[in-house]
Amino acid sequence: MNTSTLRRIALPAVAALTVGLTLTACGDKNSASGGGGGTTLSGGGATSQANAQQTWRANYQKQNGGTINYEEVGSGTGVENFSSGAYSFAGTDAYLDSDQMSAAKSQCGADPIEVPAYVSPIAVAFNLSGVKSLNMDSKTIADIFAGKITKWNDPEIASQNSGAKLPDTAISTVHRSDESGTTFNFTDYLSKASNGAWSADPNTVWPSSAKGGQGADGTSGVMGILTDTPGAIGYADDSAVKADGTLGVVSLKVGSSYNPPTAEGAANVLAASPPAPDQPPTSMATDIDRTATAPGDYPLMLVSYLLACQTYSDSGTADTVKGYLTYVVSSDGQQAAAKTAGSAPLDSKLSDKATSIISKISSGS
Amino acid sequence: MTATASPERTESTGKPRPSQRGDRAFAAIVRVAAFMILAALVAVFVFLAIEGWSGFTDVPETYAPFTSFLTYIEPLVVSTILASAIAVIVAVPFSIGIALFISHYAPRRLSAVLAYLVDLLAAVPSVVFGLWGGRYLAAYLQPMQVWLHDHFGFLPFFGPGPPTPNGRSLFTAGIVLAIMILPIITAITREVFVQTPRLHEEAALALGATRWEMVRYAVLPYARSGMVSAIMLGLGRALGETMAVAMVLATTPETTLNVIGVASPPTIAANIALNYKEATPQRQSLLIATGLVLFVATFLVNYVARWVAGRNARKMAR
Repeated sequence: MNTSTLRRIALPAVAALTVGLTLTACGDKNSASGGGGGTTLSGGGATSQANAQQTWRANYQKQNGGTINYEEVGSGTGVENFSSGAYSFAGTDAYLDSDQMSAAKSQCGADPIEVPAYVSPIAVAFNLSGVKSLNMDSKTIADIFAGKITKWNDPEIASQNSGAKLPDTAISTVHRSDESGTTFNFTDYLSKASNGAWSADPNTVWPSSAKGGQGADGTSGVMGILTDTPGAIGYADDSAVKADGTLGVVSLKVGSSYNPPTAEGAANVLAASPPAPDQPPTSMATDIDRTATAPGDYPLMLVSYLLACQTYSDSGTADTVKGYLTYVVSSDGQQAAAKTAGSAPLDSKLSDKATSIISKISSGS
Repeated sequence: MTATASPERTESTGKPRPSQRGDRAFAAIVRVAAFMILAALVAVFVFLAIEGWSGFTDVPETYAPFTSFLTYIEPLVVSTILASAIAVIVAVPFSIGIALFISHYAPRRLSAVLAYLVDLLAAVPSVVFGLWGGRYLAAYLQPMQVWLHDHFGFLPFFGPGPPTPNGRSLFTAGIVLAIMILPIITAITREVFVQTPRLHEEAALALGATRWEMVRYAVLPYARSGMVSAIMLGLGRALGETMAVAMVLATTPETTLNVIGVASPPTIAANIALNYKEATPQRQSLLIATGLVLFVATFLVNYVARWVAGRNARKMAR
């Protein structure tokens, strides 16, 4: 009886494996130079990409075989490991500064490739019963998070929300207690867009000058306090806020209109933003235009990049990095991440440009 | 035993007591085990010192949102002390009460069940305590903290800022810590109470002492050094507890003595857990340096505790 059960399981399993392996072999023949099927790729970095990377890896490995690893070690460590050669690709929430760039360049032997892979709007969410949406300009948001506005019925909020029923509740602000790219992008937005209402420099650590806020661990920690505390307001990845569904969301004042967070709004701002200064042609690093004014724009967002070299000594590695990154920035990859991680898909122009940069990856020097 | 001893005898010709060889082997094994502890401690210390050394004196940007090591660690130290103090103050009376009940008051069957339940409490993982404390207990403790603020707000521990809106304060974190160290203190003090010589207790009762007087004059003095050790072990756990604090406490970088305020700085251990995964190499050194401070502090606390306990034992012996 035991053996027959075993056989019943083993037979289809072997069959499936055979088919799988055959398909993998076919995939190899299709790719330019072959031999990439069994390659193991190690990479890692920004934790913001974790969910998206999981999707991309699963989908890519299913089609092309091989193994792709992504360690969630944080942007700083990811870049460090890339420059030391431990990773063949890395994810980072901030584009490389000049020191990191020269370290990466000397490891790769040429300018490193830096393409946007994960774009996500950041929502400012609040917990007020009966209120689902509020309009705020960036100065109001800065004043709230700096502890200058302490009541929900403050005239500065009320004047932008005629008709909304604002209670006399105290505002309690929630921020990240861990270092995070979300905090960096939120404070970057406040310092650039609030006309001086926000005095602290952008940083991954919440500034000590902002008084009276509550710090919570990770996006889920922030969401926990937000949903538990009437009168709370905080910032989190838009996907997390949408998934929760109970919180109100702030529409940012952009130009003369108020826009809620949308994937398209974030992608449009990224597409229209100027390239970062002093970057090599293989880098798509962008200084996000936090003061964008086009209709529908949503400039409060996070952009996470992928790093790779233009050449790898091993042809298997070169092919796999090239294939994987091409998939990530392709519309298929971007849509898959949008579905599972709630990110904003790159618009077609950016996606095309990224693809053309990635196509330069080759083996040998 | 004899079966294993006989081949040995044939091998070791001339030795009169072959069982000594097994003895010596066993002694060597336990000695290695004992030195392994020492080696592990030294290894941890060396790791912390080497990896964290550059964290003590780095460029000001590393210490964001502060500018130097001292200003960076000061709020963390204050919070660590406050949280542990709350935990010990709350846990000790409960633990000693439970331990006395189990050892001297409860009927045998009930005491066995109770002892088992207390041990079970020690088996709950700290993440679970963190989740429960932050999402559930905090909401129930919040009205109590508002009350404390309203009536004792003049004390630096309960004012002057507004009380917590959701109970995620250092006070709640301290209570959760108290629940976590309670089984440790209870288990050890219970064992010590049970050790009280039967003759002492019976002598006290024979002299006309009530139950409470018997406990007071026979059990507690005898158990004092054991109680101190138990409390210090609990304190050590509270000082180093990480996840529960990180998950319960709403944090802020500002130093504050107010344990029921809107937010407090995290404890040293919680701060490491919160920040390590996204830290740059410089920040990692800084976090390891704070870990070294905690390591040395915990070491000192334990050393003082040993000394206190030893002094009491010496006094008892006289």
